[in-house]
Amino acid sequence: MNMSKIVRSAANLLFPFILVFGFYIVLHGHLTPGGGFQGGAVIATGFVLMFVAYSYDFITGCIGAESLHTTETIGLLLFIVTALVALGFGVTFFTNWMLDVGPVLNNPVAYGPNPGDLNTAGFIPVMNLAVGIEVLGALSVIVLYMLSGTKEEI
Amino acid sequence: MMQELLLQNLPALLLAVPMLGAFATPLIGKASGGARNLWAVAIMLATLAVAVLLTAQVLSTGTVVYTFGAETPDLTVPADSGGIPIRIIFTVDAMGAFMALAASFVGLGVMLYSFASASRSTGQNGYYALLLLLVVGILGMVCTGDMFNFFVFLEINSLAGAALVASRVDKGVAVEAGLKYAVLSTLGGLLVLFAIALLYGQYGALNIAVIASRMLFTPLDQIALVMLLVALAMKAGAVPMHFWTPDAYSMAPSSITALLVVASQASLYGVFRVVFTLYGLTLEYATIGWIIIILGVLSMFVGVTMAIPQKDVKRLMAYHAVSQTGYMLLGVGVGLAVLGNQQLLDTYGVIAMEGGIFHIINHAMYKGLLFLTAGAIFYRTGTRNLNQLGGLGHSMKWTMVFFIIGALAIAGIPPFNGFASKLMIYESVFLFNPLLAIIAMVVSILTLASFVKVFHSIFMGPRLPEYADVREVPAPMIIGMALLSLLVILFGVFPQEVVDLLITPAAGALIDQGGYIASVLGGA
Repeated sequence: MNMSKIVRSAANLLFPFILVFGFYIVLHGHLTPGGGFQGGAVIATGFVLMFVAYSYDFITGCIGAESLHTTETIGLLLFIVTALVALGFGVTFFTNWMLDVGPVLNNPVAYGPNPGDLNTAGFIPVMNLAVGIEVLGALSVIVLYMLSGTKEEI
Repeated sequence: MMQELLLQNLPALLLAVPMLGAFATPLIGKASGGARNLWAVAIMLATLAVAVLLTAQVLSTGTVVYTFGAETPDLTVPADSGGIPIRIIFTVDAMGAFMALAASFVGLGVMLYSFASASRSTGQNGYYALLLLLVVGILGMVCTGDMFNFFVFLEINSLAGAALVASRVDKGVAVEAGLKYAVLSTLGGLLVLFAIALLYGQYGALNIAVIASRMLFTPLDQIALVMLLVALAMKAGAVPMHFWTPDAYSMAPSSITALLVVASQASLYGVFRVVFTLYGLTLEYATIGWIIIILGVLSMFVGVTMAIPQKDVKRLMAYHAVSQTGYMLLGVGVGLAVLGNQQLLDTYGVIAMEGGIFHIINHAMYKGLLFLTAGAIFYRTGTRNLNQLGGLGHSMKWTMVFFIIGALAIAGIPPFNGFASKLMIYESVFLFNPLLAIIAMVVSILTLASFVKVFHSIFMGPRLPEYADVREVPAPMIIGMALLSLLVILFGVFPQEVVDLLITPAAGALIDQGGYIASVLGGA
């Protein structure tokens, strides 16, 4: 059952902002408080808002549990593969190998008060992104399954 | 180059391989179910290969340390850290390697068996992914050298286990068992976490070797010890914290139950690691040793007496699992009780420990085998009620043979592996305290009696009309069971070789606390 038009319009309006805020927390994980899990949870709340505003049938018609499952799996795979690549550089599992290659995410960190540089910290932002993707998929799918158990009032 | 890379990173690969497998399983399963099954078995084979290589490495060169996130694996204490290992370190000694080997072998048998046994259920993508994650949890617990990391893997183990227990919903009954398991595991996990916090607050470190080297056995340490022992003994299913085992073991699919037995033994390993390595000689070993012995005797006796009246074949086997855990606690407890006395340790303490540790792998093999046969019977007949079963010996000959092997092994009849380890326990415990050895023997006799009853009511008697069309189970299930029974027989016929190769180093590693500390911190 769809909620009223006011709720749906407000949800539509808020959804992109919640996504942007969530991804901001994910991507700034190595600079500010937050990180992959927290950001992923914020993004998932955006999805939950849409689940609440629209009917279960409408939502599953748009995204569906399968694609959320896939999102979750891709996040997990990104995480473990990033950690495994380190072995190829002759260092141990989970070593920050991106610090040894190329200019990507590899600026030296400035001392003292500074506005923060996104292009630092090696593979930590990549790991944050992986966790963020995983959490947004997993939390959304949990809520979706809970929703599937509720009975529609007619 | 490739080979060197492999050999250098064995402890990491032991976890990374099944973890990668678990995460990729749902994606592959989306493409094709057959490819996913092959993938899961290939991953388990690779894990077993890594475990074998790692064990060989540990046995030939001593304890292997692996520092995550460092330039080289043996860089445990960075130069600028002030002598403290700041990174997560895996410390794989002979005991850990032995457990990892047992776990990955049972994992392989279970995986093959699942091919057929899970083929009729839905949600197989999740099933195989969780199965591999459960293996990750077990392997992580037995390899890690870091208390907090141990807690993390304990939680992975518990969560994957609880989800798998509930995987066959069965009108909500299995979900209830899964919830019970999850709640109790979480409670245990919280106790472990609190104990770790107490240790961390005092010693400012999480690494087992560092805590062990600074251990003072203050009252706070005693509280932490009690919490660790209670939580891990509960996860291992020792009486009086055994009440979750019958529910969880009987409601889980049989393949999962076989692996849950190994998961419980990883917690048992945790008990041994805590008392021997973390606390070592600082604790009052005679008192703690006797506490573990009493836990063991209670488990043995209560387990078997509760098993006898059961009518559900898997509940019965679950109570026997509790009873067999008692033997391991008894053997290792006797070793702990005489830890400070080198002469008694040489006379019988070490043998008792070897018996207890040998019993761990033997139990994993024959109990896993028995649960798999129970699953095979359930797969064909759809019931686990002993009063309804009968006459299956006519149609399920292979299953019957495997059941006989498992039942004789658990009762301690030669030439099966249960006899070998139980004999070591009887002989050494008799020197320590004859009464304990007599109780252990009586329990074995009761076990035999109970399994004779089960065998008779399942396989003997005339062919029943309701099971007229029952056939033998599919080949993958037979292969899974054959794999385990092969080891049951091999370990029973050549016990001395196994003890010399695996068990003696494992017992030595548990006793040698100084060696464990030195392998991480360097020096002695």
